[in-house]
Amino acid sequence: MSGQPKRLLRNLNAKIAALPMILTTLVVFVGGTVWTVVYSFTDSKLLPRLRWVGLDQYERLWSNSRWLISIENLLFYGVMSLVFTIGMGFLLAVLMDQKIRFEDTFRTIMLYPFALSFIVTGLVWQWILNPQFGVQEIVRSWGWESFNFDPLNNPDTVLYGLLIAGLWQGTGFVMCLMLAGLRGIDEDIWKAARVDGIPTWKTYLVVIVPMMRPVFITTLVIVAAGIIRLYDLVVAQTSGGPGGNASQVPAMYVYDYMFQAQNLGQGFAASTMMLVSVLIVLIPWAYLEFGGKRNG
Amino acid sequence: MTQSISVKDLTLNFGAVSVLQKMNLDVAEGEFIVLLGPSGCGKSTLLNCLAGLLDITDGQIWIKGKNVTWAEPSERGIGMVFQSYALYPQMTVRGNLSFGLKNARMPAAEIEKRVARAAEILQIGPLLDRKPGALSGGQRQRVAIGRALVRDVDVFLFDEPLSNLDAKLRSELRVEIKRLHERLKNTMVYVTHDQIEALTLADRIAVMKGGVIQQLADPQTIYNRPTNLFVAGFIGSPAMNMLPVKTIDNGRAFQFGSTRIDLAGYDGGAVLERDNAILGVRPEHITIRTEAVPGRTIPAEVEIDEHLGADSLLWLKAEGREMCVRIPVEGRLPSGSQVHLMLDMPKASLFDAKTEQRI
Amino acid sequence: MAETVAKAASPARTNLRSDAMVGPRGAKPRRRLSGRNIMLYGTLIVVSLYYILPLWVMVMTSLKGMPEVRLGNIFAPPVEITFQPWVKAWSEACTGLNCDGLSRGFWNSVLITVPSVILSILVASVNGYALVNWRFKGSDLFFTILIFGSFIPYQVMLYPIVILLREMGIYGTLWGLVLVHTIFGMPILTLLFRNYFSTIPEELFKAARVDGAGFWAIYLRIMLPMSLPIFVVALILQVTGIWNDFLFGVVFTKPDLYPMTVQLNNIVNSVQGVKEYNVNMAATLLTGLVPLVIYFLSGKLFVRGIAAGAVKG
Repeated sequence: MSGQPKRLLRNLNAKIAALPMILTTLVVFVGGTVWTVVYSFTDSKLLPRLRWVGLDQYERLWSNSRWLISIENLLFYGVMSLVFTIGMGFLLAVLMDQKIRFEDTFRTIMLYPFALSFIVTGLVWQWILNPQFGVQEIVRSWGWESFNFDPLNNPDTVLYGLLIAGLWQGTGFVMCLMLAGLRGIDEDIWKAARVDGIPTWKTYLVVIVPMMRPVFITTLVIVAAGIIRLYDLVVAQTSGGPGGNASQVPAMYVYDYMFQAQNLGQGFAASTMMLVSVLIVLIPWAYLEFGGKRNG
Repeated sequence: MTQSISVKDLTLNFGAVSVLQKMNLDVAEGEFIVLLGPSGCGKSTLLNCLAGLLDITDGQIWIKGKNVTWAEPSERGIGMVFQSYALYPQMTVRGNLSFGLKNARMPAAEIEKRVARAAEILQIGPLLDRKPGALSGGQRQRVAIGRALVRDVDVFLFDEPLSNLDAKLRSELRVEIKRLHERLKNTMVYVTHDQIEALTLADRIAVMKGGVIQQLADPQTIYNRPTNLFVAGFIGSPAMNMLPVKTIDNGRAFQFGSTRIDLAGYDGGAVLERDNAILGVRPEHITIRTEAVPGRTIPAEVEIDEHLGADSLLWLKAEGREMCVRIPVEGRLPSGSQVHLMLDMPKASLFDAKTEQRI
Repeated sequence: MAETVAKAASPARTNLRSDAMVGPRGAKPRRRLSGRNIMLYGTLIVVSLYYILPLWVMVMTSLKGMPEVRLGNIFAPPVEITFQPWVKAWSEACTGLNCDGLSRGFWNSVLITVPSVILSILVASVNGYALVNWRFKGSDLFFTILIFGSFIPYQVMLYPIVILLREMGIYGTLWGLVLVHTIFGMPILTLLFRNYFSTIPEELFKAARVDGAGFWAIYLRIMLPMSLPIFVVALILQVTGIWNDFLFGVVFTKPDLYPMTVQLNNIVNSVQGVKEYNVNMAATLLTGLVPLVIYFLSGKLFVRGIAAGAVKG
């Protein structure tokens, strides 16, 4: 490397400017993640300490009914939420793509909940679903005395209550993504389908949906990543109840063990499991997205 | 003659990909040198290395007797003009011209003087307070040249400056750049893929391919005595006729199909007897005869006659090969005519088919 | 038969044309009052009701007195409009021992949001600029980690950050939270700026270098003035995102510094005392007001912002 005396110092300003990014990736993202995973194999209680206990924390985690309920809830909520947000989002996008009038108005209406926080969302729906004053009471006051609609106070239905609020907040966003996907499809496709006499609904099903595969995959990943983080909404709408545990989710479990119960090891193990579940979603996707490109 | 730019053993690798290999190039002071080649040949890369916009892997770059290999672009004493003009859209023309001078902390009066001079030379005075968005393509390129001009440097680097303009403007600005060079007498390195620009502007042309300079010579030499098949085929439109031949009689003649032609007058090295040679003749170095001259003409049949206005291109078939001849308009011939082609042997080029080098 | 032909022909045709399409398309337009149109608009209107309803209920409830809330229908407009719940939510509602209302949370949120937004946008835009124009060994690797990092559940990194902030002596302070927002805003914003800056012709950057402008001069004088729209998009994205944050607020600040969302949740979900639904709704509305105003003012830019946020990864 003779004759290149300034190599290390070249573009020094750029390297200094990139320092926050380098520190964030190395210290927080990589370092923080590794740290948590490592400490999930210790018996840390109030303070982190390196006393190895192997897989103890994980064994305890998977035999804790609260954690099991959390996972069950997340799976149920996640599947329902994925199916409905993507299904509804796509249908709404199709409706919006029919050369309708007032498109901007409809979009503004469907999207505004996305600007609101999950806390606001959860609190509003808590109020609307309030059995004493909300929907149930109103329908009853119309004369249907036996009408029962109190999802938030029934452990069997509380997840539906969360779902109603979650869908309200998120479908508009998915609709926008899908609409952008629909608008990105070549108009000639529609002409070709019409010349061939294929009915509109069939064109959507056999031509458009397969063409929008990348949009669906991206949406799926974003929505799924959001679901795994689900926390604020539950805190605001149900506080994990009713009955203490009925609407627990993993993120809540982590928070409680880390910052309330002072059982750090459990918190670390639980959050590591969250990371694993993200990887389960992410790795196949990354493989599809980037692995394919490298081969092609 | 003093060297203005001197490139010594320049090597550039992008990872495992070698872009430029051990390149050497000396440019004399005041010389107009054109780097010519197809896209991907490394000509723009070389220019970016000269400008200091790419860090080289190995070698040295000297400008005006100074080793600038690791100097910042602005410290190299160069001005640069880009294909897309690269004018700062939010600044006025005046702002564009003075940006570099302000960065160099030049006194305002001096900046004012230089901008005025550049505006006068390029006749962009009335445009000084406009933004680039309000200018035409030709005006923008003038401003871009002006930005190099105000720097008052000895070396100008042009990166395909005319490719974004339409044909008419291109030829106008071409002449203008030539005039500018005559007036300023500074060194210019000009990258293009357009051979007309190269042939009209250059003192010397460097024809490049695959990161290597294939031939470095004045336009006449490049055109008439191409050093290898690539240069021969790249320069000239329509392309040079390439005839597969066999040299016979101890290099005194060649056999093309069933025709035998004397090589008398060929300007080159020892021809010897070669089974695989290629004879290159430009379309304008062939004349049409109605009568055969034994040992000097090739019989051919006219296929298409393309009338170009000033002259005409005749596409023929000779010995089963497609050939092209440029003829005056008066001599037009109907297709199917049987003619005889006489080659201007002193202007022909003979290549070895294997090494692709000129013999 | 015809279908097979159409399917076979379609992909090739897509590749040939790539003009950016704007405006609604889909099937051909029909007459005004066909059955299809009634279905279409009927569905859209019903769906819209689902979306509007909560906002309507919030506003109506917050304008009623408690007696009317207890008696009446939550969907009905107030018989007698009162702004008392708003006043109470703003300046009297209690969380724990403090009874100075949501105003405290509001100002906390302002104090958190303003520096967080500025700092995160500043850092991320410089990142994006460095990634596009000043690549150095490993810069792409850091970017990849950054993007993948945005998918890591926050919970995994919470405690290490707590330790980090404690070591730096800013745990529980506003600046600690600002730093956290800057860190977690970095992936998406860096991506946003990187994508935008890469559309700016590289020759412009080269010209500026020949003109002797350095790293910061090019950023400030060339890139910044050309990128105002993307800064607005980033601004919208960050203001709403940071304003709406709950988790980081709870974890990284102390009760007297809680942002508005946290305080709101504590007010509404507190178990003590009689539930004042009208005050709760006024408080909820107040908390949602800032992002809502931004949303309605920014219109299409908001859509652009979230679409940009969507292409992460």
